[in-house]
Amino acid sequence: MNLDKNLIRLLKEEKRPFILSGILGSIGALMLICQAWALGGIIEQLFKASGDGSGILPLSGLFALFSLLRMLTNWAGSQAAKRGTIRIRQKLSHRLAEAVADLGPTFARSEQSGRLVTTMLKGVESIDAYFSQYIPQLLLALVTPVLILAAVFPSDWIAGAIMVVSAPLIPFFMIVIGRSAKAATEKQWTTMSRMSGYFLDMLQGLTTLKLFAQEKTRRNGIEEASENFRRSTMKVLKIAFLSSLTLELVGTIGIAVVAVNIGLRLTSGAIPFRPAVFILLLIPDFYLTLRQLGTKFHAGMEGVTASKEMHEILDRSASLKRAAGKLDLPKAAISRPIVLDDIGFTFPGSQKPALEAVSCTLLPGTVTALTGPSGAGKSTLMNLLLRFIEPGEGKLSLGDVPVANYCQAAWYRNIAWVPQHPFLFNATIRDNLLMARPEATYEEIETALRQAGLVEMVSSLPDGLETMIGEQGARLSGGEAQRLSLARAFLKDAPILLLDEPTSHTDPILETRLRAAMAELMRGRTVVMIAHRLESIRNADRIIVLDSGRVVQSGTHEELTATDGFYRRAVLSSMEAA
Amino acid sequence: MKTFLRLTGLTRPFAWWMLLAALIGFAAIGSSIGLLMTSAWLISRASLLPPASALKFGIVGVRVFGGARGLLRYAERLISHNTTFRILTRLRLWFYDALEPLAPARLASFRSADLLKRITDDIQSLENIYSRVLAPPITAMLVTALVWAIVGTWSLNAAVGVLFCQLMAGILVPFITVKAAQGTAKGIMQQQAEQQLLAVDMVQGLGELHVFGMLENHLQRMHEAEEKKLALEKKSAFFEGLHESLSGLAMNAAVIWVLWSMLPMIKTGMVSSITLTAIIFGVIASFEAFLPLTGAMQHMEADIRAGDRLFEIIDAEPEVKAPQHPEPLPVHHDIVVKALCFTYPGSTIPAIDGVSFSVPQGGRTAIVGPSGAGKSTITSLLVRFWNPSAGSISIGGRDMASLDPEGVRRGIAVVSQRTYLFGQTVRENLLLAAPGADDKTLKAALSAAGLESLHDRLDDWAGQYGMNLSGGERQRLAIARMILQDAPVIVLDEATANLDAVNEQAVLDTIDRVSAGKTLIAITHRLQRMERFNQIIVLNKGVVVEEGGHEDLLRLNGFYAGMWRLQHETML
Repeated sequence: MNLDKNLIRLLKEEKRPFILSGILGSIGALMLICQAWALGGIIEQLFKASGDGSGILPLSGLFALFSLLRMLTNWAGSQAAKRGTIRIRQKLSHRLAEAVADLGPTFARSEQSGRLVTTMLKGVESIDAYFSQYIPQLLLALVTPVLILAAVFPSDWIAGAIMVVSAPLIPFFMIVIGRSAKAATEKQWTTMSRMSGYFLDMLQGLTTLKLFAQEKTRRNGIEEASENFRRSTMKVLKIAFLSSLTLELVGTIGIAVVAVNIGLRLTSGAIPFRPAVFILLLIPDFYLTLRQLGTKFHAGMEGVTASKEMHEILDRSASLKRAAGKLDLPKAAISRPIVLDDIGFTFPGSQKPALEAVSCTLLPGTVTALTGPSGAGKSTLMNLLLRFIEPGEGKLSLGDVPVANYCQAAWYRNIAWVPQHPFLFNATIRDNLLMARPEATYEEIETALRQAGLVEMVSSLPDGLETMIGEQGARLSGGEAQRLSLARAFLKDAPILLLDEPTSHTDPILETRLRAAMAELMRGRTVVMIAHRLESIRNADRIIVLDSGRVVQSGTHEELTATDGFYRRAVLSSMEAA
Repeated sequence: MKTFLRLTGLTRPFAWWMLLAALIGFAAIGSSIGLLMTSAWLISRASLLPPASALKFGIVGVRVFGGARGLLRYAERLISHNTTFRILTRLRLWFYDALEPLAPARLASFRSADLLKRITDDIQSLENIYSRVLAPPITAMLVTALVWAIVGTWSLNAAVGVLFCQLMAGILVPFITVKAAQGTAKGIMQQQAEQQLLAVDMVQGLGELHVFGMLENHLQRMHEAEEKKLALEKKSAFFEGLHESLSGLAMNAAVIWVLWSMLPMIKTGMVSSITLTAIIFGVIASFEAFLPLTGAMQHMEADIRAGDRLFEIIDAEPEVKAPQHPEPLPVHHDIVVKALCFTYPGSTIPAIDGVSFSVPQGGRTAIVGPSGAGKSTITSLLVRFWNPSAGSISIGGRDMASLDPEGVRRGIAVVSQRTYLFGQTVRENLLLAAPGADDKTLKAALSAAGLESLHDRLDDWAGQYGMNLSGGERQRLAIARMILQDAPVIVLDEATANLDAVNEQAVLDTIDRVSAGKTLIAITHRLQRMERFNQIIVLNKGVVVEEGGHEDLLRLNGFYAGMWRLQHETML
């Protein structure tokens, strides 16, 4: 009956408003019966031969009162359900955000970020209909027909019997049709995402299309994708409409059978007039409540689909056993060496380990360069030091204390990080810099910008430091973003510095200009840097060459160029290129 | 209102279908009215204990109306939805047609995610306007007229009262609830946009948030944005519920009014009890027509905004328009650039400022300089993506502005730093450059570009969802396209900048081989094999600072020589 396990668990956490909504709904159903009773009375009065209408006044007063009460209880009931829904959505969205945060940057970057954002926002929104519409309707469908039957049976058992017999047909057809609807809905989602994918592809490649003067001919593809989407949507809708047609037919046939049956028995006087009218007034609502369950079932279906995706993230985060270190990290402790002892790491779902038996000691105040072919495990090692992932085997420790024992916040306070693709938040340049040190003064920001070679760029922007950047603001080039990240590192002034190809997007002239500032930044800090360009790793205290997750070479530039291996070959090839 | 009218205007080719949907919708509600009226007639007639045969009319009526109602409703839904989706297809094509001339100059300020949202979400949300805003009011009006005719036959007084209640349910109630909820839809949308930004920042910037210790703060901000949105949604739900209750009340008021205004007529015998009962049931059934009105109205605010967002793009003026009588690309194609200036919108500093040079047919020219010197701007102007602010480019003695922009693009093959591959087959990606080419030609081009490995994979998917081609393979595929395009002029815009040293050398070899005899313009900041070029134009900050052959420029010992030394001494 479309009762998703995870969604029901959420419901149980916030059951009170829904219970209230159920109670109010039942009162509403009672009012409906009273309303029919009053209206039946009014109509009976109309037919009374005496017909002075004196009996009509109180009855229409009651009728008005009951209808008013019914409206109010229905309204209050739906408000209560909405209140509960909102609480559930609040909780769920908060939990999802925390789960994504716990799963960490490696997870967030491995997923299509667009899809993850959609799940976090649209996913939570799409469960609304399940709780605010489907669940209350389910409660109503359980209560209203029973109450109506309870009112009908004492008046006329034959009509009641017809209703009892025909009612199960509605859920029966609902289930039969629901099955094919489910398959079609799923297919519909694929067509829809394919259509979006096609459009995105066209939009991103529009410049390419124009370079080949093919923009007009590709128009047909859009028409095709759109028409395919129409056809598949119509297929789903046809099933949905057919299901409501079937349910409606069951309902109207039920009404017609009862009406004709009662009519015939009225002629023979086998049933009095008032109960006949009363029953006729009630049957439409009897079937309607059951039928509406079908409609709301479709509305809630999207929520069930979304729930699957959301709970995948929640479960994955719950299964993550992260050591929640509590230790603070005093300044003195950071001067101890970082020791990697026989570390191994395998990405979930992967056969091949990304790192295998990696051991080395990073002495404080030294510069260690990581190099090797792409896929060698350099970034994985960096992520370990950043504690975005935890070692599968082996130990990562600071001195003799496992790093995992320190609380994350304390660890991060001591780290400055310049990633290869730094992220700029949707905020001003100043705010993006202040992230690194919220209390930084204007002079300190100026200095950091100068050190990162950004003064000219910032002053060319219309609002200078106050220019918005990121998703909605001015776009910076890859090189500018990297330098902004470098400026953050200057501001943060932390004892450990992790650099991931910090100048990969910078042209050689600018790179030369930055070199002195980089040397300044690295002085006195423990530095680990990933680098491809040999000129930037030549001066490292130690160069570690990784290949397929293993340390294959380690030593200074002079030592490594003296022996054959990856490093020497790379040096020779770059000399040829020149 | 203007947006609404423009959106409605799009339905013109489908107007008859929309009208048909409205009529069938009316017939469906008419059947509901008929069903309840005949049932009521049947029961009240029966209560007078007539012979069973007298009830025949009622029994048939109940069956016919009962069956018709479901079938009509089914037909109405199918027609209106199908029509809506056809309108949406039209809208998508219309949007694409408007979008395509804007690329890339006018689209530079939009992000592709934003454009995608417009072409999918916004267009989809217009579904509401077409399926719920246009047809239901027509249906409601027809139903009002029908009820007026039925009730008015017996009592004008009663008919006026019913009309009043129907106007309440159909116009006043939607108006009040929409007015009361005004701004919530907009507010919700603003909060959603805010959440979108926060969520994107969080997902993509999670590493930075961790390392800067800003995670808690950011989660808190997300939480607050969600609360604000939910508070608004609560408000909107409050009014939505209000509407249903108010229209229910209007219905009951109509029933009571009919009862009271017609009761005295029973006494005078002007109306029979049977008729009155049937009328009451008919009035009850008619209110079904007014229920969809508020929902449609409530979403109007959001829909109009979606329409506005679409029109914002559709109404933009393209940067480059084809001249009225475009000339074809001249056979001869010397390129002469004269005092060319260009400033990007929103910038105060010109990207290029008075650049002049010429490239003879078959000549090989390099344009070099540090990043930001204005090199790529020259490519954009050459392929007519932008118009120069001042100065001119002529080809074969004809000013480019007088030529057909598409003709120019066919005549100039561009290989840029980043090659875009469509999420389609390798074949389709190649056919872009030569739409009619057969497999033999495609394979020959692949071989010439050093991609024999793809000979058997023409039908494999390339691009986003396909095979992961390495950077080198992508650039080679771009070269295969260039070969297929067979254009007399070739522009290489940092074509090898993303490649490692070994690949770069191999790709440069290939380019040299296939570009023999053609006019070549190479834009680069990496000074490699510069002796291949007849002339080198050195740009810095948008101005030509030096020009000449490689040896001459080295002898000059100026800007170029400085760049050269810098790049070659940093290597080991």
